[in-house]
Amino acid sequence: MQSILEGFAAAFRLIVTLNPELWRIILLSLEVSGTALMLATIFGLPVGACLAMRRVPLRGLVISLLNTGMGLPPVAAGLFLYLFLSRSGPLGFMGLLYTPTAMIIAQCLLAFPIVASLSQAAIANVDPVIRQAAITLGATPIQESLAVVKEARYSIMAGVMAGLGRVMAEVGAIIIVGGNIAGYTRVMTTTIALETDKGNFELAIALGIILLTISFSITVGLRFFQRLGRTGTSAN
Amino acid sequence: MGLELKILNVFKAYNGNPILRDCSFAFAQGCTYVLQGPNGSGKSTLLRALALLEQPDSGRVEYRDGGQILAADLELRRRITLVLPRTGIFNTTVFKNVAYGLKIRGITRAEIEARANDALLAVGLGHKKWQRALELSSGETKRLGIARAMVINPEVFMLDEPTANIDPANTAIIEGIILKLKQKRQATILMITHDPAQAQRLGDDLLFMQDGKIIPA
Ligand SMILES: Nc1ncnc2c1ncn2[C@@H]1O[C@H](COP(=O)(O)OP(=O)(O)OP(=O)(O)O)[C@@H](O)[C@H]1O
Ligand SMILES: [Mg+2]
Repeated sequence: MQSILEGFAAAFRLIVTLNPELWRIILLSLEVSGTALMLATIFGLPVGACLAMRRVPLRGLVISLLNTGMGLPPVAAGLFLYLFLSRSGPLGFMGLLYTPTAMIIAQCLLAFPIVASLSQAAIANVDPVIRQAAITLGATPIQESLAVVKEARYSIMAGVMAGLGRVMAEVGAIIIVGGNIAGYTRVMTTTIALETDKGNFELAIALGIILLTISFSITVGLRFFQRLGRTGTSAN
Repeated sequence: MGLELKILNVFKAYNGNPILRDCSFAFAQGCTYVLQGPNGSGKSTLLRALALLEQPDSGRVEYRDGGQILAADLELRRRITLVLPRTGIFNTTVFKNVAYGLKIRGITRAEIEARANDALLAVGLGHKKWQRALELSSGETKRLGIARAMVINPEVFMLDEPTANIDPANTAIIEGIILKLKQKRQATILMITHDPAQAQRLGDDLLFMQDGKIIPA
């Protein structure tokens, strides 16, 4: 009990004194996950939109694959990416293994199915009358699609938040392709795993507290966007 | 001149059930038509075909300008409009709903502002400009739908049951809006109602839907 309390006290000291190592780790986490999420959104949203609104061959199969991808174990994603990026792998010549770039790719692979799949569902859920209204008001086909996507924007944001929640929390993929190198590829989750293993609880607890705070903020954000969705009187 | 509208021998079936059956009619430019008929007789189907939202199975919907038949393209679609029975309000402010049709036409901000304000005042929603549109009541929602359509100055203005489920006071307001549009005589107005007295009050010509055809009263 005593040691737990001491651990927490030391952890708080690290946080309030703005310990540089702690901050470097936090910033790298945000940078890696933020970039991964941005890329996942840039690719995932158009894919979701097309699946929801266009005639796409094998549409059902693609949606099923994306839904499966939502539950892809991070360790498995990390393993496959490792095989591609390792020196003997097909992309080994790029020298990306054990770099933040590899971590970004890994997390992007994890977030992409979530963003694409939840965007697809969000856009497919938009009342068809919205599309018709846009047409009657003189929309071109592109403007018509944009009106539908715009109508789904809060649900799409909720999907993006869910993607962020997933990548911020995962450890399996980045530890494999990032290698957890101090000062270079060490992020919050991998540091917690390593330091706990070594019995260095202060840094682990400090990062744990911060990670929880971030997760909580993401959840709050998610609820916020869900609520901004289509609620109002039933009049339409 | 202006836009002239005609339908010729239009057939439309859903799942093998014929709804419009050899439906023909010529609408005089600038007139106000009120269409009545039993539930399921095909009134909304007809308006969707006239608004170019749906293709007839056979027959033609013909728009002419100066005798010239117009192609059913974007340019033509932007000269006509239909206020749907379920309005299809966008999840944004009242103002942005009204501005939509102008924005997609690439009209300048200043002009959008001026015209949207006019339209909102005309339907008595000026004070709700910045309110979330989804929080309006049914009557206000119907009026917003009309404002959103009239702001684009359509030459053929179609309204599918603009006063269904609306209280007498709001019905009077909406009828007033339609009467004003009618007096301007710039648009051909075509509306559906189930209220014979309202049809009398608003229509130059009363039409009935019967056996998939338009029958003058
Ligand atoms: N998209 C559709 N798919 C299948 N059936 C349809 C569709 N639209 C209309 N119908 C059918 O066509 C018939 C006519 O419908 P429509 O909505 O035109 O009638 P209406 O005269 O407007 O009736 P109401 O007074 O109830 O509004 C109905 O029997 C309806 O079930
Ligand atoms: Mg109808």
